[in-house]
Amino acid sequence: MTSMFEHQGAAFVRALLDPEAPPPAGLKAWHGGHVSKRFAVYRNNVVTGLIAALEQRFSVCLRLVGEEFFREMAQSYVRASLPTSPMLSEYGVDFADFVSAFEPARGLPYLSDVARLEWAIGRAYHAADAAPMPINAIKRIPADTLGGAIIRLHPSVQLLSSRFPVLSIWTTNSFDETVRVVNFDAAEDTLVVRPHLGVAAYRLPTGGYALMKALAQGATLSAACAAAADIDLPACLQLLLSSGAIAAVDVRPRT
Amino acid sequence: MEASPSAKDRSVAKDRPRSLPVRAGVGLKSEHFDDIVTSTPDVGFFEIHAENFMGAGGPPHAQLTRIRQDYPLSVHGVGLSIGGAQPLDRAHLDRLKTLIDRYQPESFSEHLAWSTHGANYLNDLLPIPYTNQTLKRVVSHINQLQDKLQQRILLENPATYLGYQASSYSEIDFLHEVVRQTGCGLLLDVNNVYVCAVNHGFAADDYIDAFPMAHVDEIHLAGFATDYDDLGETLLIDAHCAPVSASVWKLYEHALARRGPIPTLIEWDNEAPAWPALQAEAERAEALLRKCGATGQSALSAGVAHDVDV
Repeated sequence: MTSMFEHQGAAFVRALLDPEAPPPAGLKAWHGGHVSKRFAVYRNNVVTGLIAALEQRFSVCLRLVGEEFFREMAQSYVRASLPTSPMLSEYGVDFADFVSAFEPARGLPYLSDVARLEWAIGRAYHAADAAPMPINAIKRIPADTLGGAIIRLHPSVQLLSSRFPVLSIWTTNSFDETVRVVNFDAAEDTLVVRPHLGVAAYRLPTGGYALMKALAQGATLSAACAAAADIDLPACLQLLLSSGAIAAVDVRPRT
Repeated sequence: MEASPSAKDRSVAKDRPRSLPVRAGVGLKSEHFDDIVTSTPDVGFFEIHAENFMGAGGPPHAQLTRIRQDYPLSVHGVGLSIGGAQPLDRAHLDRLKTLIDRYQPESFSEHLAWSTHGANYLNDLLPIPYTNQTLKRVVSHINQLQDKLQQRILLENPATYLGYQASSYSEIDFLHEVVRQTGCGLLLDVNNVYVCAVNHGFAADDYIDAFPMAHVDEIHLAGFATDYDDLGETLLIDAHCAPVSASVWKLYEHALARRGPIPTLIEWDNEAPAWPALQAEAERAEALLRKCGATGQSALSAGVAHDVDV
């Protein structure tokens, strides 16, 4: 059964998202006058509130492009993609895709990958808790069984591959008082993990992204190593151990 | 047979008082967490927005778990869209149930508003017309929510900026009916009353006098922002970005005189000040609660008011 209010709801939403549209029919003010500015309060609450959520989530992107540009971009995104859940921590899942297609941001080709990194950091922040496997316990595993072992990654692990130095850009814009000059020719792959309460991001060594992607899909350690065309295995294993990215190791008998 | 863990949980839950203390509480902000755990301030309770604690894990849950060890808790939902034209989101109901089972709050409240349309969540508390049709829907949504959570919920009166031509009930008559048909309680937001009185040209004191006060189990106090409408009339915005105004303190005293002392929350969500300023607001509310308690009976407990006859 569709009701008058349902139709009104659709008109209400259309008018919320279109600043040029008149308020929907059926509304009133106590004095009988126009309701445009009254309706605009709701429009502002919705759009400005969602822009603020994006500013918080993508704060380095905001710093990179400045407030005015970011708000313009975020406003276009809000109008194109409203949240689909009341959990605002899930809002912005495709913001990076939107940024990469956003014409005025063409001159900043790395911007969408910075947005991807910021999204990954937020995902790690809210991910399920789990204790990382202690390094000593991992070191006790007989070396000859490791190749056939399945390495279960920590639930907070996020992996990002970029042809830009996204982690360097993110780091200097997050922590340095004066932003450092970044070599834009250097591609960087990033591991994001929250073994306890703090989120950390690490640059992955050569082959690390392919290795960890394969591990995340359930490959054995030796199969995951083979997935990387070129790999700095000692550095990869060192990072896996020290970052707390391993939740468990399932050792299987070799066949 | 051994007692199942769930039976044990229930006995634990039974030991916990199932209502908030008659004191002033504060809305929990993560930026105040360190201040709170290091100084363990003497506030009555903390209130959280349910939707901020629905992730799987991480610092939000760690902080809330820590706060919960020391304080009573109120969970305040902002995203269920109880006034919406469509069925409640079952996934969201499940998330609320999970949150409430985990933290066992003394109170759960939601809003008389809509915020979801189709698949889209609009992130604001939007107004509904007060008609037989919306009444039926709100009643059925609250029944569904109370069945799901297995507890009585509190429904908050909204802050609104415009009305609907189609409304055939006053807001108070509408709330009255919702309470009568669902058995839910009410959360009286005194700032919302003041904001609406200015925005809709009625006397705030009259609204408080007509409110079904016997069913009010919590009060909210907050600050508003000032704007102007198309005719240049004052339009107050429920912005939660300022201290409680003098007019709202006055109206609060009026509400307490009718209801007697009840749990009262200071809501300051946006541009929140440093912790001591928030605590000072709570202490001011608490002083009025004590004053009201000391003067003895409210009109209600004296049996003067008969607002809802079931």
